[in-house]
Amino acid sequence: MNPFSSGTRMRDMIRAIRACKTAAEERAVVRKECAAIRAAISENDQDYSHRNLAKLMFIHMLGYPTHFGQMECLKLIATAGFPEKRIGYLGLMLLLDERQEVLMLVTNSIKQDLNHTNQYIVGLALCALGNLGSAEMARDLAPDVERLLQFRDPNIRKKAALCTIRIIKKVPDLAENFIKPAAVLLKEKHHGVLITGVQLCTDLCRVSDEALEYFKKKSIDGLVKLLRDLTNSPYAPEYDISGITDPFLHVRLLKLLRVLGEGDADASDSMNDLLAQVATKTESNKNAGNAILYECVAAIMSIEDNGGLRVLAVNILGRFLSSRDNNIRYVALNMLMKAMALDSQAVQRHRATILECVKDPDASIRKRALELVYLLVNENNVKQLTKDLVDYLEVSDPEFKGDLSAKICSIVEKFSPEKIWYIDQMLKVLSEAGNYVKDDVWHALIVVITNAPNLHGYTVRSLYKAVQTTTEQETLLRVAVWCVGEYADLLISNAGMLDIEDPITVTEADAVNVVETAIGRDSSDLTTRAMCLIALLKLSSRFPSLSKRINDIIHRHKRSLVLELQQRAIEFNSIIGKHEKIRSALVERMPVLDEATFSGRRAGSVPNAVSTSQGAPPKIPNGVVKPAPPPLVDLLDLSSDDVPTSVSVGGDFLHDLLGVDMSPAPSQGTNQTKKSGTDMLLDLLSIGDPPALSNSAALDILSTSQDSQSAGDLSGKSPTPLLSVKASTSAGSSSMMDLLDGFGATPSVPVAVTDAPTYPSIVAFESSSLKVTFNFTKDPSSQHTTLIEAQFTNKSPNIYSNFVFQAAVPKFLQLHLDPASSNTLPASGDGSITQTLRISNSQHGKKSLVMRMRINYKVNNKDVLEEGQINTFPRGL
Amino acid sequence: MIRFILLQNRQGKTRLAKYYIPLEESELHKVEYEVHRLVVNRDPKFTNFVEFRTHKVIYRRYAGLFFSLCVDITDNELAYLESIHLFVEILDHFFTNVCELDLVFNFHKVYLILDEFILAGELQETSKKAIIERMGELEKLD
Repeated sequence: MNPFSSGTRMRDMIRAIRACKTAAEERAVVRKECAAIRAAISENDQDYSHRNLAKLMFIHMLGYPTHFGQMECLKLIATAGFPEKRIGYLGLMLLLDERQEVLMLVTNSIKQDLNHTNQYIVGLALCALGNLGSAEMARDLAPDVERLLQFRDPNIRKKAALCTIRIIKKVPDLAENFIKPAAVLLKEKHHGVLITGVQLCTDLCRVSDEALEYFKKKSIDGLVKLLRDLTNSPYAPEYDISGITDPFLHVRLLKLLRVLGEGDADASDSMNDLLAQVATKTESNKNAGNAILYECVAAIMSIEDNGGLRVLAVNILGRFLSSRDNNIRYVALNMLMKAMALDSQAVQRHRATILECVKDPDASIRKRALELVYLLVNENNVKQLTKDLVDYLEVSDPEFKGDLSAKICSIVEKFSPEKIWYIDQMLKVLSEAGNYVKDDVWHALIVVITNAPNLHGYTVRSLYKAVQTTTEQETLLRVAVWCVGEYADLLISNAGMLDIEDPITVTEADAVNVVETAIGRDSSDLTTRAMCLIALLKLSSRFPSLSKRINDIIHRHKRSLVLELQQRAIEFNSIIGKHEKIRSALVERMPVLDEATFSGRRAGSVPNAVSTSQGAPPKIPNGVVKPAPPPLVDLLDLSSDDVPTSVSVGGDFLHDLLGVDMSPAPSQGTNQTKKSGTDMLLDLLSIGDPPALSNSAALDILSTSQDSQSAGDLSGKSPTPLLSVKASTSAGSSSMMDLLDGFGATPSVPVAVTDAPTYPSIVAFESSSLKVTFNFTKDPSSQHTTLIEAQFTNKSPNIYSNFVFQAAVPKFLQLHLDPASSNTLPASGDGSITQTLRISNSQHGKKSLVMRMRINYKVNNKDVLEEGQINTFPRGL
Repeated sequence: MIRFILLQNRQGKTRLAKYYIPLEESELHKVEYEVHRLVVNRDPKFTNFVEFRTHKVIYRRYAGLFFSLCVDITDNELAYLESIHLFVEILDHFFTNVCELDLVFNFHKVYLILDEFILAGELQETSKKAIIERMGELEKLD
């Protein structure tokens, strides 16, 4: 017999497929069969359609595509005979799912079959509808199903009940129609109908509140009686499972009672006795009995409070917990989580057992136990529990370590009574499972460390010791490197020793060794290496004697292929080499990081333009520019000196690290972007006038030599001069002009002014409509630089708007314009616009300043342009 | 509610798959593969319940076949374990000492039995006798 004709019996096809030795052979056989079937379908071959569909179903189960068979199913369903219909419906349920549009075509067939005289066919139709029905079909066929709920044959009734469940899940609005019929089902004698009826009622209550009310009023007593009879019933062979009559019905009834009793005291009262009876009478040596007890306990936990019952329930759970059967223990752990909410004392009693379960070899039990432990933790037992968990962390499986360490970290964070304990625990966790720990965990750790100044010495020493022993944990290394960098002096000097510590001797070289090893490890990633570089910079400042050695280490990374490292290496090298004066200021101790803002930010997840893990506090004026925001820990450590300022910019931490706050003061337009002759990048240098500028007179806003490389090497322009004068602007105003505000009383007079020799003001330009005056001050730290305050006055009776001042200077001068105070000039000298200019004269002493200027403004809707050259600068500028 | 029922052998071949929730074709294979992987590696001493995505899988091994039921997370696991056993008993009775080959060659009948036992993700009948009788009637019509 040729096995590949469409006349093949299905058995033979299956045999042929099973005989194939390789996947390729099997594919060939299947292909041939599919081809034959397709041919038969297109020829409309009636004889073997039954067989073909069966074959197709088998092929589908093997995993091959069988879409071409879908219409065949429909055809078969439409035929009159029962066998064809049966295979058709079977094929339908196997090959299609409810989302296919083809399903719509079946609706009519199903409708007809639902009204068929042959009850087996009705059964088939109900089955298909129940397993496959989509929402539209449900709506169309709901009336038919409703009618069938009262059919004479119990088989049909039970199928109709389950079909209804699907209908109300798909179309909740129809639920109301089914409430009465469902209630009737509850009075059945036939167990099949009864159980389906109970399930239907449960789902009705879930879907519709009206149903819930109805059943609460009418059915509870009936249900209670039903369950009682069931529990007390004698041996019934048909439904008996391990000595209990129909445990499934028990379970379903209990579930329905739970749904009805939840939140309703009266309902709960009527069930109390019954639940007590079930809880005590059911035997628990077989799985069926345990299933019933489990459901009973769940019901007791959910319904309204009854002290006695609760105690009973918790006792049962306790018994379960000590059972040897893993399934039972699992179930107990699950239920105990709910019990925590009700009676935590009782659950605490079982703490030891639960802790044992965390170490169970079975992963499912471990997970449940861990979650339960997490719920159990409170202030009293946190230390003990954490100790146990950390001990277990050492021996646990790698897959479990991630979960376990995450849980330990959250417990420690939530409940730690004192900082030193917190730090200790975190250190242990990091040493064991640092690689599994998420980033914000160790960020939080660093925040806490900075907030505990008395523990700095202890922390850095512990970290030092830890790093000597454990070397694989990346996060531990990062935290250690950061701390060594920050608190190296404490490390060396053994300062702040606590009683519990043993003294250790660490030399400066040792400290550098730690960082050097870290940076040299092959397995260190970008973050760690970058942190090491910064730490090295800090160390070079704290241990000047080792500066050379540190410089060498950094030097090695100047050729790194990673841009971030290369950049840092070059910059730091340059700082160490050439800018020693500012180095110590740069890397002073980090200020205390504000925990509240950190956790707030963490919760609110403000996106970080330049992310700093410690959330560089907004208070620190930040003149540092990072061209490419690195996802790394430290922006350069900022000197914070005496940051007394409490100016904190709300949640706006990283508002404008670039410092070039191009967002103009309200009155300004786009003017400030036009600065003739000035390289935009130059602005980066000086300006860095972050909005959250400190009000203090303390100055060190640094623009460091970072900028030098981004703006090209500005020879002759040392970064320092730009510093001091700016400092005391009022916060919030990004315009610099307030600095040398000639008009308003300037409370904070820049230091520079008093020191520098004064130069007479000049009238730079005067026309019939406009007057420009320049006031000069010299920068005290540099002879080259002059600060000019330009003042523009309107001599005409018209208001000038869109006022823009532009200036150009010859090559030996460098000019920088700050934003003007406004761009509207009131009429007749009623007010003025001031703008600050900064000029740096590379030929100071040899040539004096000259400038060409150009002024644009609009008056009476006409644009006006005025130009002029200023040669009247005082000598010596 | 039962989301799907899978019968798989040790090698991962699916002998029976019934889904009560809609899934894409590609999803089907992925799900079957994942469940198989979860279930086949577990020690017999471990619990019969595993967490699978946002649901639970309750499984039991009979000879070379794994019977897996995927249910909602709030369902009573022990009860479903009983129902798996009941199903196996029915199959055993119907095929008299059922083995895997019986299920392979008579898969359409297995589906019929299943459809008499579970409908729309819920239990339909709890009496073995009733189901067997019904199957008998249906066979006569065929």
